[in-house]
Amino acid sequence: MVKRRTVADWIWTVMLSLLCLVWVYPVVMILLNALKVETAITTGGAFQLPTLETFAGLDNFVNAIQAKGFLDAFATSLVITITSVALILVCCSMCAWFITRVNNRLSKLCYFLFVFSMVVPFQMLMFTLAATADRLKLNTPWNICIIYLGFGAGLAVFMFAGFMKSIPIEVEEAAMIDGCNPLQTFFRIDLPVLKPTLISVGILETMWVWNDYLLPYLVLDRKKYTTVPILIQYFKGSFGKVEMGPTMACIILTVLPIIVLYLFCQKHIIKGVVAGAVKG
Amino acid sequence: MAKIIRKWWPVFLLPTLVAFIIGFVIPFCQGLYLSFCKFTTINKAEWVGISNYLKAFQDTQFRSAFVFTAAFTVVSTVLINVCAFVVALTLTRRIRGTNLFRTVFFMPNLIGGIVLGFIWNILINCVLSLLGKPLLALNTTAGFWGLIILMCWQQIGYMMIIYIAGLQSIPGELIEAARIDGASARQILFRVKIPNVMPSITICLFLTLTNSFKLFDQNLALTGGDPNHATEMLAMNIYQTFYARSGPNWKGIGQAKAVLFCIMVIAISLIQLRATRSKEVQQ
Repeated sequence: MVKRRTVADWIWTVMLSLLCLVWVYPVVMILLNALKVETAITTGGAFQLPTLETFAGLDNFVNAIQAKGFLDAFATSLVITITSVALILVCCSMCAWFITRVNNRLSKLCYFLFVFSMVVPFQMLMFTLAATADRLKLNTPWNICIIYLGFGAGLAVFMFAGFMKSIPIEVEEAAMIDGCNPLQTFFRIDLPVLKPTLISVGILETMWVWNDYLLPYLVLDRKKYTTVPILIQYFKGSFGKVEMGPTMACIILTVLPIIVLYLFCQKHIIKGVVAGAVKG
Repeated sequence: MAKIIRKWWPVFLLPTLVAFIIGFVIPFCQGLYLSFCKFTTINKAEWVGISNYLKAFQDTQFRSAFVFTAAFTVVSTVLINVCAFVVALTLTRRIRGTNLFRTVFFMPNLIGGIVLGFIWNILINCVLSLLGKPLLALNTTAGFWGLIILMCWQQIGYMMIIYIAGLQSIPGELIEAARIDGASARQILFRVKIPNVMPSITICLFLTLTNSFKLFDQNLALTGGDPNHATEMLAMNIYQTFYARSGPNWKGIGQAKAVLFCIMVIAISLIQLRATRSKEVQQ
């Protein structure tokens, strides 16, 4: 059934285009202001385009990178995100496999607890979690991934388990009869089939860990380490004392890598979101 | 086969389980226990029974935060879902540039709450000063609607993606059959499309409700609870009770508030899931 485009469709297209402009505008506005000199960034002049006199080139960006500890924060965020997501993917897929293949009371209890943990708000745990993490010395960017593993396990196990049920068990049985141990069976038979789910879960967890503010703020040793969200919130808290130009440049530098990454693997991200929602 | 795998549980189950116990089970149980205690650190806790809960109920700021959160949750949930559904409907028509629109609308989701809040803080303050109105730090109405706009901007794209997936999974024959039977566009929408995307509606309502109710980052970055705690939501009120107030009593009260908050979230999720699941149809 081929339908021709009607006038109504054109009106919708125009309206959606306008809406798109509204959607991009906040980011564009920050970008334009990041390109201005400090004196031109006032509440009144914020909507004006940079002119020849007020155009600052990339000075603000250079300042942000050199002086504001942005690179350190970026590196910390990167370390935390990569270690946590890698750990979550490996451990939770194995855990989910165990839970779906072994049907005893322990695995049922675990599954219930994992699902339950998805609903519990972070405020319930924040104080005790920070204290536990301190005592176990989990307060560095390299160790905090253990906390993230525990906290992200709910969603990951839930999604993996939902997919595992659809993998035919006969293939695994055949592999075991041919002499594979469970570990070999899992990594050689199941993991390749799981690839799309691994990508979906990986994306959802990356989005969460990279943008998370409160957990690292409370758990990390704040004198030594900052992540990007913590740095941005720190700037916000010291309005007036901090130059706005470099701060806006920081925002752009934070947003830019995410947007570039998004444009490259858009399909996977959208698939991941849909998969996460359908399982939910 | 299950028997062999069961012997391997230290390899498969243990790492996640240990992390889960450290990161969730222990803090959760301790938190539950401490809500009945007066404490400044975990080791110096003194049992005081339910007095923390009574004090939490008497705290006027906690009550006003609850009202603010409830109002915010209702308004944002309705707005986000209606807008997202309308956009999804138009994007499933045959119009040009569907992919581009989808890409743009989804983008704000990838930006974290703190950064989003900061961006909108700057933007809204600029608009307010152009209009000659008081800035966000002194303006409760602007704070409320600012949060709503911010949440819409962030969440509509996400929910839209879920609705699009739902709409696309409706078999084309179903709609065509309805059309041949003489159903109008409105009837197709309400009698065919909406009943068939009920699962998506369940999920989107669940996500928007819990996201709005549990909102923290955006609240902190956009308004910070100003003016005078008037735009403070529950999550932030709990945080402030823990970390911004001195005195030995407040941490226990904060923990009691957190338990209440947790119960509220669970109750809302269960009620909502039961209510909309019952309206789902089998294809």
